[in-house]
Amino acid sequence: MIAFHLDDRSGLAPYLQLVRQVRQALRVGLLREGDQLPTVKEVVAQLAINPNTVLKAYRELEHAGLVAARPGVGTFVTATLADASLAAHGPLRRDLLAWLGEARRAGLDDESIEALFMTTFRQSSLREAR
Amino acid sequence: MTPLLEAWGLGRRYGRRWALAECTVRIPAGRVAGLVGANGAGKSTLLALAAGMLEPSAGTVRVLGDRPGSRLGKVAYVAQDAPLYAGLTVAEHLRLGARLNPRWDAASARARIDRLGLDPARRAGRLSGGQRAQLALTLGLAKRPELLILDESAAALDPLARRDFRATLLEAVAADGLSVLLASHLVADLERTCDHLVVLADGRVRVAGDIDDLLARHRRLTGPRRDPGTLPRGQHVVAAVHAARQSSLVVRTDDPILDPAWEVGDVGLEDLVIAYMSGEPVLRPAAGRAKAAWRA
Repeated sequence: MIAFHLDDRSGLAPYLQLVRQVRQALRVGLLREGDQLPTVKEVVAQLAINPNTVLKAYRELEHAGLVAARPGVGTFVTATLADASLAAHGPLRRDLLAWLGEARRAGLDDESIEALFMTTFRQSSLREAR
Repeated sequence: MTPLLEAWGLGRRYGRRWALAECTVRIPAGRVAGLVGANGAGKSTLLALAAGMLEPSAGTVRVLGDRPGSRLGKVAYVAQDAPLYAGLTVAEHLRLGARLNPRWDAASARARIDRLGLDPARRAGRLSGGQRAQLALTLGLAKRPELLILDESAAALDPLARRDFRATLLEAVAADGLSVLLASHLVADLERTCDHLVVLADGRVRVAGDIDDLLARHRRLTGPRRDPGTLPRGQHVVAAVHAARQSSLVVRTDDPILDPAWEVGDVGLEDLVIAYMSGEPVLRPAAGRAKAAWRA
């Protein structure tokens, strides 16, 4: 079982913060297949948060095939993110290094690279969230 | 589904001053809807009209499909400057509620009082501000309303009391699926509490909608100074700040921003609310709906 938290200054919508926390817990093995997520009522009581926000986060996780709701019982983890994504880290890092080299050759300094990465990253994660 | 609240050209006048004017909104059922605006923006007036405690000077309002005040059992109204009887104890308030309300849920009211640690023998006048607010909310929820109308615009709870109050409210929403219409000037809590928003300024609705939808439809544009009048059709400027060489705009649009001159960013809920509170009224009720046509 994981305990959620919310950061008001993260700039991320509350339901996305919940989604991200579950994904991170899956990635590092804190949540495994068969584990139960806190019930909507528990999350509401703990965070003083709108129940629709929790439902939306859980629906999104269900959509992504990571959890399944068993009516009257709860929401359970049905997949893991750990192995599949770990194997992909190596090639992705190589691609990223190549891109960073290209950016430097084009004359971008560290700050510009970070700004470009973060704005693109935010736009694309927003697009995916919709 | 019948909307939680529907208003057409709704207005309320005090003497020559319109506290609320030309208000046309539709809030779907099942929402936790927040009314926000500065003091005197018309929040409490709209709530009182919805609760049937005020008669409109113009226009029409329906709450859960009915005239306000006509189905008292379905709607509970809680003002947070706690309309309690200072001389009555907590237990006496519960007994009074049970006498006055046919659908009274005595068991859940008692359970809630227990969980909050309120002493049933204590007089309401001797409770703390947070405890009084919790007792008033408990009385409202025990009516088992379909809609809870909550006026927090006069609330002065400390952060912990406010959090506990919100938790009680939202747990009831999770358990019973009731709709909530609340007025607040604390923008910071809204994103956690509400899923629908109505922004009021100077007695008029500036913008209304589901929060996720509102956030998705607004962008902050920063770039070389520019006359907002030259923006493409479909980009509505909500607020604009111009420096010598730079313009920073909050725009509402359904289309992607293609102009490479702009740096495009998201708008947080607080910035969005403030942009509408301080900007020009860009979302007027549809033209041609003259006040006279809707006079009650």
